[in-house]
This record gives sequence, structure tokens and C-alpha cells, in this order.
Amino acid sequence: MTELLKNSAVWGILLTVIGYGLGTLINRKTKQAWCNPLLLGILFVILVLSLAKIPYEDYKASAAPLQYLLLPATVCLAVPLYENLSKLKGRFAAVLAGILSGVIISLGSILLMGWLLKMNREQAATLIAKSVTTAIGIDVTQTLGGMVPLASAVIILTGITGNLCAVFVCKLFRITDPVARGVGIGTASHAIGTAKAFEIGELEGAVSSLSVAVAGILTAILAPIAINLFF
Amino acid sequence: MMSLIFQFGRILFICFLAELLSALLPLPIPASVYGLLLMLAALGLKLIKLDQVKQASSFLVGILPILFLVPAVGIMSLWAELRAFLLPCVLAAVPVTILVMAGSGLVTQWVQSLRKKGGKGRD
Repeated sequence: MTELLKNSAVWGILLTVIGYGLGTLINRKTKQAWCNPLLLGILFVILVLSLAKIPYEDYKASAAPLQYLLLPATVCLAVPLYENLSKLKGRFAAVLAGILSGVIISLGSILLMGWLLKMNREQAATLIAKSVTTAIGIDVTQTLGGMVPLASAVIILTGITGNLCAVFVCKLFRITDPVARGVGIGTASHAIGTAKAFEIGELEGAVSSLSVAVAGILTAILAPIAINLFF
Repeated sequence: MMSLIFQFGRILFICFLAELLSALLPLPIPASVYGLLLMLAALGLKLIKLDQVKQASSFLVGILPILFLVPAVGIMSLWAELRAFLLPCVLAAVPVTILVMAGSGLVTQWVQSLRKKGGKGRD
């Protein structure tokens, strides 16, 4: 069995697509926000791998072609952004103010948590870049001496939280404007949240992708200052 | 069909330029952010027309959630490390994310309403 899987080039992709497909079906049937296709897909794949005792590394190697698409897909977020750019005219100040406050809230909360829970520098550096896209987050964590594998897990958990809670948070805090929603979702939960923003609406998704890029750059600049000042 | 191949080619070319920039420039900015900005600039400057990338890019953006599924499953092999540092990780992932989302969304909405009230005729 393991030999067969090792020689098959597609089982990892197939398992991924089945997991996501099942998640989508369940989501459509139940119409519950917590029945999120991505979350259900992740749980399904983890369940199958654990039951069949297949190591994650084997699955990752087999699903690697999907990873190659991550950069082109992220770059393509610029296309809906470009299409919606005209709707952002005269609102750039509001968008930038929102993203900057989000980044400051994120860094501030982690610093506060670090102080309250008496974290050391390594631990604080692991969490500091948790709201930004994995590529930037990992770079920042590495430069500051944090634990990289753990940081990437927290970044993914952050994305899933944003993806799951986006609709609820917008309702709870009465964020009704599509641009404001996009800024909130993208700044808080990077590309995984942005996938949700696109489900809510094209403009939300476009603003969310812009926020991911800007929040990532701001965090890359501000996180080292925050960590070096306080830890 | 040919058109799709060319569309994909243009996207990959931007990605390659982005990888070059990320490797050559001494800034902690990954290729994905350079690529997003390059694509935006190429579209804005009409170096690439919208319909020259639109179909392929809609497909790639559409499958984005599936692309994140694979690294997310990696959490299963990090369970031991995660458990030792679980409380801070969960606090950072859940309440802080909600706080950031609400904060940045509300600030955007608030600044916009200020402009609408105070800046009539400016836009």
C-alpha cells in the first residue's frame, strides 16, 4: 500500500480535492458557518492520514504540485484588485488607516500577551507575525529568532479563524461597508481569510488582497522594532 | 486553449520577475508581495491587458483555498510543539485575530464616515 502510494504522483492531490469537495458539499447542505469547506477538508485529510498511518511528509510530497501554484495564485490576486481599483478612489486614506491600525493592534496584543504570560524573546518572535501571509511571516520569524514551524502553524490557525469568523465578526461589530470588511479580513487573516472575502463579494476580496500585501510589508518593517524594543 | 497557455505564461513571467526581485533586493519582502505589486503595475500601465490574464487568473484565485489545505494539514505533525505552547498560540490565533479584524474594519469605516461628513465637495 505504502509502496503504491509512494509511486503514485496524484494521490495527495486527489485526497486534497476530495477533502475540499466533501467540505463544500457538507457546507452547502448544512449552510452553517462553522461547516467551512477548508476546515472540513483539513480535518478530513488529517483523519484519513492518521487512520491509514501515512506520514504527513509523504502526503506533502505527493501534493507538492499544488504548492507550486501558490505563488502564481497569490500574484493573480492583483487582477480582481485592479478591476476594483476605481471603487477605491478617494478611500485610500481610510484603507491605509485601517490596515495600519490593524497591524498596530496585532503587534500590541502580542507584546501585551508576551508581558502578561512572561514569554521569552523566542516565544514572542514566534507569534509576532501571525497575522500576515505565510511567506512574510516566516521570513520575519526567522530573522527575529522565533520557532519557524510553530509560527507557520499559528499563521495557518489565524487564517482559518479569520476564514471562519469573518461573517460573524462583521455582523457583530456592524462593519457593513464592503471596503471596511475587506480591510478587516485581509489585515487580520491574510490569504486564507481573503478566500472567504471573495465568497462574500468581489470588492471585499479585492480590498482584502490589497490589505494582505500592505499589512505584510508594514509588519515586516514594524515587527522587528517591536520585538527589539520590548524583548 | 492556446490563449490559456499564453495567459498562464504571462502570470509565470511576473512570478519569475518577482522571485528575482526577492532574491536580489536586500528587503525582507517575499516574492508573492513583489509579484502582486508587479502584476498590479503591469495591468495599470497597460503592459498586460485584463483579458490577457483574466481567465487563467480567475481559475488560480478560485482554487486558492485548496492550495492552503496542504500546508494546514502540516499542523498534525507539529502537535507536540504546539501542545507545549498551546495557550499563547490559541490566544494569538483566535481572540487577537478577531480583535485585529474588528479594529481595522471599524477604523476604515470610521475614517470613511468622517470624510463623508466633513469633506463634501472634496471628492
